[in-house]
Amino acid sequence: MSDIITITNVVKKYGEKTALNGLNLTVREGELFGFLGPNGAGKTTTVRCVTSLTNFQEGTIIVDGHDAVKDQVEAKKVMGLIQQQISLDKDLTIRENMISHAMYHMMNKKDRDAKIKELSDYFDLGEYLDKPVDSLSGGWKKRAAIVCAALHSPKVLFLDEPTSGLDVNARRLLWDIIKLMNQKGTTIFLTTHYIEEAELLCDRVGIIDHGKIIALDTPAALCESVGKYAVEYMVDKNTKYKYFKDQDEAKQFASTLDVSNNVLLRRTNLEDVFVELTGTHVGV
Amino acid sequence: MGNFFKQVYYISWADLMFMKHNFWNILIMTVMSPLLYLIAFGYGLRTGTSDIGVPYVAFVIPGIVALSSLSSSFASTSTRMNVQRLYYKSFDEMMMCPLSTSAIVFGKCMLGLIRGLLGCSLMYALGMVLEPEYISFNVLVVASILMSCMVFSMLGMTAALLAKSHQSMATFNSLIILPMNFLCGTFFSVDSLNPIFQAILYCLPLTHASQCIRSAALPDYLDFTWLSFAALFIFGLAFYVINYHLLKTRKV
Repeated sequence: MSDIITITNVVKKYGEKTALNGLNLTVREGELFGFLGPNGAGKTTTVRCVTSLTNFQEGTIIVDGHDAVKDQVEAKKVMGLIQQQISLDKDLTIRENMISHAMYHMMNKKDRDAKIKELSDYFDLGEYLDKPVDSLSGGWKKRAAIVCAALHSPKVLFLDEPTSGLDVNARRLLWDIIKLMNQKGTTIFLTTHYIEEAELLCDRVGIIDHGKIIALDTPAALCESVGKYAVEYMVDKNTKYKYFKDQDEAKQFASTLDVSNNVLLRRTNLEDVFVELTGTHVGV
Repeated sequence: MGNFFKQVYYISWADLMFMKHNFWNILIMTVMSPLLYLIAFGYGLRTGTSDIGVPYVAFVIPGIVALSSLSSSFASTSTRMNVQRLYYKSFDEMMMCPLSTSAIVFGKCMLGLIRGLLGCSLMYALGMVLEPEYISFNVLVVASILMSCMVFSMLGMTAALLAKSHQSMATFNSLIILPMNFLCGTFFSVDSLNPIFQAILYCLPLTHASQCIRSAALPDYLDFTWLSFAALFIFGLAFYVINYHLLKTRKV
């Protein structure tokens, strides 16, 4: 698998504040890449730098062989973005939003009409096409936003916390959509706060903290790096975690604790890795 | 070149759809304030004959047309872009598409240009009905109105790109646009003021827009102010360069 995104030593500062501090990261073609980090760690800034929405002071970003700064137009042709906040034009209908997006990618009428039909059928959006944006619920708006971003068949699709604010059903539906798009060959770059989302969907996960990648591997390998087994117990009303490579070691440690400690022995998950590496819980 | 114009049209398409959906609303908003100015200043405060020998109404109508080009073009471009950039975030969607920066500048100014032309045309037509003996229609009128609308639409884009919030847009309106409306030779001749005020007012684009449109509209009484036309062009170019720079360096 070749690399479709290569980020090398990228530094991004907002005034005195350093958002990306020499970021290095590669995303492979066709993978579903998860990008995790505490609030303000630099997830959205990374997406904005790669998609040319924000400039950066140092480093290079190559997308599908094109420099994201010097060869911006070519790089933009292969990218699509679904922003954290639904970014549809609320003064237009869903169909008009789609046409407008297709026009921004210079698609001709025949191609854009065919693609809008194909994708809106696929996403069951047909009956909503001529309705104003605000008449749709959050989940349907997200679907419409995905169609807009996917109309020009991008090679890489960035999803910046796509499921935040959605109910459980809408979130699961969106997970299916993301998986299907990835199966069709689109590289997905997913930033998320939901650990189970990253665990369930992603081939590889990168964890960013203070503008730097602090861990990068498959979810299973990351869990193993901390210790396959976790013992969770209460001490003075605080939950403590201890990680073990071996199940017997974990059992032995758990047996030394009192029942009043509410001891729980379980497999390590990505949230444990996250907490262990960043020192914060997800979303904090 | 064909591709450039295609990009300009494609970029402006969403704004034109917005205008289509809200046409009557926009039309009423576009003509309401110029009409009120005409009634209040042209008829309410009528002062007989102007310095150049035409009735005051004939003198003030080209000024109101210039004012209309400012208010309609500036407000349309700045308000819609401000909303798209700060609230809908749909401006970002466009910015990450493979479009030329120049096409984005011109494309996003189209709504302001068209709405400005609409308002100016209606006002000018009314002027020709009210003062047919004095106000004439010619190529220089069209060129001056077009230039004026484009300049103020570009200025609207600059304001929208620099605005950090809705409040900062309102402040820009109160500090720059409102004083321009009243002082830049729309209701009186700038030359009647003392030289210091004149110098300040000649630094503002609406003064030149008023002079161009008035001199083009009253060719029997005034020579066309080519210098003001050139100044207006330079203002347009300056706003274009600022907008291009802000977009290119992604300082928005």
